[in-house]
Amino acid sequence: MSLFNVFHISSSAMTAQSMRLNAVASNLANADSIVSSDGKPYRAKQVVFEAIPVAGGNEGARGVRVRQVVEDAAPPRLVYDPKNPAADEKGYVAFPNVNVVEEMTNMISASRSYQSNVEVMNTAKSMMMRTLQIGQ
Amino acid sequence: MHSIAADLSLLSTAIGLRAERHQVLAANVANADTPQYKARDFDFRAAMSQAMAGRGAGALSLTTTTAGHLKSAGGSSQVNLAYRSETQSAVDGNTVDMDVERGQMAENALQYDVLTRLMSDKIQGLKAALITQS
Repeated sequence: MSLFNVFHISSSAMTAQSMRLNAVASNLANADSIVSSDGKPYRAKQVVFEAIPVAGGNEGARGVRVRQVVEDAAPPRLVYDPKNPAADEKGYVAFPNVNVVEEMTNMISASRSYQSNVEVMNTAKSMMMRTLQIGQ
Repeated sequence: MHSIAADLSLLSTAIGLRAERHQVLAANVANADTPQYKARDFDFRAAMSQAMAGRGAGALSLTTTTAGHLKSAGGSSQVNLAYRSETQSAVDGNTVDMDVERGQMAENALQYDVLTRLMSDKIQGLKAALITQS
C-alpha cells in the first residue's frame, strides 16, 4: 500500500526538521559561550539534509535524513574587552560565530516545514480512512 | 460478459495512481529544505491511459518467486516521473514550491475522495442488484 509510504516519508522529514531545530537550540543557547569543550569558542552547527529512497516506494518517493552536521566556517566574532580573562594579548575576545538572526529564521523555517509534514500525514490518514469506508 | 471485477478495475486503477501521486507529493514537501532536490510529479492523464492500455492481456502482474524473475511491464508503479519546472530558483538548487505542492496535494486528496465515493456508489448499486425481491 503506497499510502503507508507517505508516513515514512513525512516522519523522516519531521525527524530531520527536529534535528535542525535541535541545532538551532544549541546555537542560540551557546551564542555567548566563549569557551567550549575544546577550549576554543563555540562554533555554530548546521545540519545538511539529504534525500534518501524509502523502502518499497517508487522512484519519486524520497525521504529525508541528516547527512552530516557541519560547523559554520565563519570566523569568530571579535569583541574588544581587555578586562575579560579570555581576551588575547591585543584585548580581543573571540565570541562564537552564531548569527542570532539567521538562527531565528532557521527556527521559523524548521517549524513551518514540520507543520507542513504533519499536514501531509493528516491528509494521508484521512485518505486511508476514506478507503476503509468504501462500500459502507 | 460484464464482470464485477472489470467494473471496479477502472476505479481501483485510478485510486492506486492517486495514492502513488500522493507519495510523490509527500516526498516533495518532505524535501522542501534539501539542497539540490528537484520537485517531481507525473502526468495523471498519461499515467492513467498507460495503466488502462496495459489492462488487457497483461493486466495482472507476474508472480515473482525468485530474485531473478523479471517484473511485468505496466501496473500502477510504472509511472513516468518528470521534474517540475521551477518558478523561482533557490540558492541551494531546490525546486520545491510549497504553494504548488500544497495545492496539488489538496487537489489529489479531493480526487481520491471522489474516487472512493464513486467506488462506494458502484458497490452499493451492485449490492442493490444482488438483493432478491420477495
